[in-house]
Amino acid sequence: MQVIINGESRDVPEAITATQLIDLLELGGKRIAIESNQEIVPRSAFETHSFKPGDQIEIVQAIGGG
Amino acid sequence: MQNNDSLIIAGKSYQSRLLVGTGKYKDLDETRNAVEASGAEIITIAVRRSNIGQSPDEPNLLDVLPMDRYTLLPNTAGCYNVEDAVRTCRMARELLDGHDLVKLEVLGNEKTLFPDTIATIEAAEILVKDDFKVMVYTNDDPIIAKRLEEIGCVAVMPLAAPIGSGLGIRNPYNILEIIENARVPIIVDAGVGTASDAAIAMELGCDGVLMNTAIAAAKDPVLMASAMKKGIQAGREAFLAGRMPRKRYASASSPIDGTFF
Repeated sequence: MQVIINGESRDVPEAITATQLIDLLELGGKRIAIESNQEIVPRSAFETHSFKPGDQIEIVQAIGGG
Repeated sequence: MQNNDSLIIAGKSYQSRLLVGTGKYKDLDETRNAVEASGAEIITIAVRRSNIGQSPDEPNLLDVLPMDRYTLLPNTAGCYNVEDAVRTCRMARELLDGHDLVKLEVLGNEKTLFPDTIATIEAAEILVKDDFKVMVYTNDDPIIAKRLEEIGCVAVMPLAAPIGSGLGIRNPYNILEIIENARVPIIVDAGVGTASDAAIAMELGCDGVLMNTAIAAAKDPVLMASAMKKGIQAGREAFLAGRMPRKRYASASSPIDGTFF
């Protein structure tokens, strides 16, 4: 299925969970936060949250800033 | 220096009155070295999209500036409306395990990066209701500063001059007015260029200074970080000491009595 991740369309397995998506994107162990359709996906729900086709997913991290 | 002269923000006590940003450095080593040299305990960070599929082993800012050592202050830099600013704060809180201290800035103009104070007030109201501890970037307007305090912001942070301009305190009497009317810490945020600017802010009675470009854009950022630390300390001590009054004419330092000529 197609989802939008950080502004780019990507093909991912149907009903992929947040945990599976993190593994797929090689982001395991990184401190990140995830939002789907402007709603936060809490870390506690990573195992259970499944994405749907067309979801707009944002994955963010901390970077240098003032 | 008085031993108990600590900066208290949202109930937490800090020994350093210098707050620093972590942007614009050459690399993460320079970031870490400059932050260490500054002695800052509160450091700002930005929240941005992760690079997907690019060098998974790339070091992260929080690897060199760990959360257990510094108080992180995620910012809403780049936000030009209430929604983006509130959304960024909520993402930051999730990113940092429920950490609720944020630096709110809602910008109004790309050339000056002056704050949109009306949108800032609106965003601050939402964030305070959502249990964030809001340190808020604002203009050097005493009325707006007071309003932000009344909303429940834990610190009000008026600019000295435009972000990244290095022009120093352009409106010291407004900053003084803000300080004299405040019941929360007033931290000058943005616009200082060098150590004397930081000292002047502290001599006015500011509770602290937040800066980034003044250190990061110096020829030797680590040395400038050290200079800023001293500028802040000197300014604070001078404020506590209470400066002599300004006089128009001279006043001899050596006694007239006992002259033999």
